[in-house]
Amino acid sequence: MQLAFGDGFDKWRVDSSHVPAACGLSGLICQDGRMVGGDVIIESMKVIHDRGNGLGGGFAGYGIYPRHSDSYAIHIMFEDAAGKASCEELLEQSLEVEAAEEIPTRPVPGIVDPPLLWRYFAVPRRELAVAEPDIDDFMVRLVMRINTTVPGTFVFSSGKNMGVFKAVGFAEDVGEFFRLPDYTGYTWIGHGRFPTNTPGWWGGAHPFNILDWAVVHNGEISSYGINKRYLEMFGYECTLLTDTEVMAYLFDLLVRKHGLPLPVACKVLAAPFWKDIDSDEDAREKELYESLRMTYASALVNGPFAVIVGYSRGMLGLNDRIKLRPLVAATMGDTLYVSSEESAIRQVCPRPDRVWAPRAGEPVIGQLKGDA
Amino acid sequence: MMIAETEAKRDEAGTATIEADGVYYRVLNERVRALLEDGYDEIVLNGVNGQRYIGDGLSSAARIVINGVPGNDLGAFMNGPTIEVNDNAQDGVGNTMNSGKIIVKGHAGDVVGYGMRGGKIFISGDVGYRVGIHMKSYKEQVPVIVAGGRAGDFFGEYMAGGILVLIGLGSDGQPVAGSYVGTGMHGGTLYVRGEVDDSQLGEEVRVFDLDDGDRALLGRLLTEFTADTGADTEGVVPEDFIKLQPYSHRPYGNMYVY
Amino acid sequence: MSANMLPSEFVVNVDHERCRRCKRCILNCGFGVFDFQNMTTADSSKCVACHRCVVFCPEEAITVTQNPLAFRENASWSVGLRKQIWKQAGSSGMILTGMGTDLPWLNIFDHLLIDACQVTNPSIDPLREPMELRTYLGRKPDRLEVSEVGDGEFKLASPVADNIKLDIPIMFSGMSYGSVSLNTHRALAIAAERLGTVMNTGEGGLHKELYPYADHIIVQCASGRFGVHPEYLNAGVAVEIKVGQGAKPGIGGHLPGEKIGQEVSGTRMIPVGTDALSPAPHHDIYSIEDLRQLIYALKEATGYKPISVKIACVHNVAAIASGIARAGADIIYLDGFRGGTGASPAVVRDHVGIPIEIAIAVVDRQLRSEGIRNWVSLIAAGGVRSSADVVKAIALGADAVGIGTAALIAMGCRLCQKCYTGNCSWGIATQRPELVGRLDPEWGAERLVNLVNSWSLEVKEVLGALGVNAIESLRGNRERLRTLGLDEMTADILDVKPAGR
Repeated sequence: MQLAFGDGFDKWRVDSSHVPAACGLSGLICQDGRMVGGDVIIESMKVIHDRGNGLGGGFAGYGIYPRHSDSYAIHIMFEDAAGKASCEELLEQSLEVEAAEEIPTRPVPGIVDPPLLWRYFAVPRRELAVAEPDIDDFMVRLVMRINTTVPGTFVFSSGKNMGVFKAVGFAEDVGEFFRLPDYTGYTWIGHGRFPTNTPGWWGGAHPFNILDWAVVHNGEISSYGINKRYLEMFGYECTLLTDTEVMAYLFDLLVRKHGLPLPVACKVLAAPFWKDIDSDEDAREKELYESLRMTYASALVNGPFAVIVGYSRGMLGLNDRIKLRPLVAATMGDTLYVSSEESAIRQVCPRPDRVWAPRAGEPVIGQLKGDA
Repeated sequence: MMIAETEAKRDEAGTATIEADGVYYRVLNERVRALLEDGYDEIVLNGVNGQRYIGDGLSSAARIVINGVPGNDLGAFMNGPTIEVNDNAQDGVGNTMNSGKIIVKGHAGDVVGYGMRGGKIFISGDVGYRVGIHMKSYKEQVPVIVAGGRAGDFFGEYMAGGILVLIGLGSDGQPVAGSYVGTGMHGGTLYVRGEVDDSQLGEEVRVFDLDDGDRALLGRLLTEFTADTGADTEGVVPEDFIKLQPYSHRPYGNMYVY
Repeated sequence: MSANMLPSEFVVNVDHERCRRCKRCILNCGFGVFDFQNMTTADSSKCVACHRCVVFCPEEAITVTQNPLAFRENASWSVGLRKQIWKQAGSSGMILTGMGTDLPWLNIFDHLLIDACQVTNPSIDPLREPMELRTYLGRKPDRLEVSEVGDGEFKLASPVADNIKLDIPIMFSGMSYGSVSLNTHRALAIAAERLGTVMNTGEGGLHKELYPYADHIIVQCASGRFGVHPEYLNAGVAVEIKVGQGAKPGIGGHLPGEKIGQEVSGTRMIPVGTDALSPAPHHDIYSIEDLRQLIYALKEATGYKPISVKIACVHNVAAIASGIARAGADIIYLDGFRGGTGASPAVVRDHVGIPIEIAIAVVDRQLRSEGIRNWVSLIAAGGVRSSADVVKAIALGADAVGIGTAALIAMGCRLCQKCYTGNCSWGIATQRPELVGRLDPEWGAERLVNLVNSWSLEVKEVLGALGVNAIESLRGNRERLRTLGLDEMTADILDVKPAGR
């Protein structure tokens, strides 16, 4: 798969599709819809600074664009003006761009050589809305098209009323660079990366995004080869040489496209062991899990992983089936916290009501309450 | 990065206090080592949150009190000190510890006491996955881990020696231990209070009856554990425990052909 | 007839006219081949062709030959494969074996040629001019801060981190006490001290007696954490975290209970007669940041000694090595798939991993392209058989090489591949007291010193021919190598031109 990223990218490429995603994660959701500033998640990430090595950091915030809440907020990084021009042309063909602006940043030592960083608030053109049966599908295809055909261009966020902000640098520096304390949101997730490949490329940092899904990931997907080929059957292009990509696409496929409830999708990704399915006394559950494993065998994600996933109305934390990566959860009133280390939670919530470690393969889910 | 001035205050009894809030682990640990060399026998660390490697490799009879949540690898390769944590702990507590005591008044994360060779670790609450992997003992060096709550999968995996006790307080009817208990075990003893289904056990492990030696040992450990952690062990008696041991020293003796 | 319906692999012949009935063969054989019933008798089915009897028979009356049984030729089904199936049909277990792979995999060292200077560039005469082989292992800074302290006087403003100084770029690879005898460890330690290099404890801990050799020992912290305690951690110039081993990538270690005697038990802290099991992973390393965590825990526990990480060479070794460098390791030990072992399932030893030549080349290139090559020193190991291999490995990018099999062969090993039985007649891979006593540590050390000295002289000769008088001018200098008979893709991966270009 030819990557349209320009010469600067080639020097970092290594012939390998196995790029471990080692790192530190943190996330919070205020289930009552309360809005908090981005400074909170930055503060949390500072404590687990040593889980990353400064070669990638990133965040996703939800509820951050109240004035454009019904538009797609498209974040794009460009290597140069030529790529920007081509890309904008492509966007204009099918979308009505309500506003286009540089993503506000502030200079921070440690964040160097930024690409051009722009955001576009857009809705589908009327003729498109009529012609396309599923606008979300269309947006996914558009994003993939831009990422594989426009040179030096990469769409790194494409959801509504949410945004991904990421760069090469330590997480807390990335957060300051993107001025996250200026935003408020009800969900924030953060990531500090420890990459062993593609170290110089901003697009390689987490979170990985498709539509409203933002995934931060700690671990290595040893089933990546088959997960990728499975997803390609459904039109997803795995272009990023980073295994986390398949996580984001698998959630999109299983939940949005196939309509599986989120906890069930988790049972596909972190499938129960046959010995436990066989001895399940609940016949209905047994049948369900058996069928899931038979149908979605190629979507089973093997290898150590802990992920935190943000989506439009919630946040999820999940471990692999034998919990090879750490993940801790806590609640304080209506707020749910999930992180790689308890200290990251305690930094921003010194006295939670409850702290616990989720079990292998058991998701921890926080959702906005009905009216929030 | 969290680098700030630390302050050490001495009081009459040879105790020093460090305000650790925002202090980077490397600076904090250097300070601790310097104070120990100066002869302090108790060091209190206040405002700890996430600092790693506290107590690592220390050979000393001193006491370190931690107020806050210490970071990963607390007391790794430790050789003698007593560390008391008045909060939860994270992953890697007592990694390859040689001697000394770690007391956590809260829960602890994954991989507690990996490769532990001596000393005691007491956790008042739950412990995570892979606790007590490859603990080993030799003559009078017998490592001990006592966990007051529940444990995750792979409890006592690869155990080659030592004593691992799981009390299961607050388990509320839920299973006290996870799956693969004692998998690969070839030495040492596990004591678990509560039900452990056969399907949860590793293949190398069997349930044995308690004998007087076991009862006396459990009695002593429970007393010491309760005194140190303040956990509510009322009503917990040695009789409540089952004993798990490997049924063979050579669990893989039949696996190879020559 | 043997239980497996397998014919004996070897035939032992005693020439009874020459035999003087001294019974040395009976005493020397570790495998119980010989007996005496009116005359010396031999049970060929037990012979492993270790030649101990042959060497020690005063009359040279014993010959060991390949059993000249004819098998119908079959290019697909080698005799070896057919025998494996007969063995496995006799018992449903994995085939266990020892040492490095013996299959005819392409050997890349044997397809690399070294340059020499002629006419356009002078070669150097190593016998009359200085030739430097000294090598420092450890992290080097990106630059040095130098300050002026007076009139034209300068001083170093910031110190360089601790490095290990080797007089020659050859070290002894880790072989655990348990898989080899204490006398073997003694020989290695004595030799390392005399040569100005280091030996590696392997994963079985360090016997107390060898602590005085601390300046020439790298102590290993492996997944079983055998013998790891604070004194041990400080009994070496560096600590090596053994993540993997070339002979058996991805799987754990297994030292059969036969080899766990009193002393091994005490050093490893496991019961006598137990199998010593090293788990496949370190159970505190499931992801790259866990490795960083362990590296820094060890640094904090040892006052910041250099930390080495040993890995098996697998497909994405370049990415892994980059991660290890960024995790804070000072040295990365790359063990190729030809590496040896005391015990491994044959299927893993023979089919898993990649060659060290490729691994060194891609790791070196990857680290350079990221601008971090100076953060770590790279050791190449796994089938380094001669001084030519040493030169080629360094030219491909290694700072130094490790030798294991070669060291054992120097002390008498015949590569019979029966190390896991603990019956090594040469006293190397055994714990049986009567066998262990055969290897005199002084004698063993002398053999090792001889071997490494010979190789050093040969390396210097080659450097001289190359017109280079310091080893660092060869390091990573692929321009001085050419391939012969390698396919284009492999040459490309190695970044070495074909002979003629």
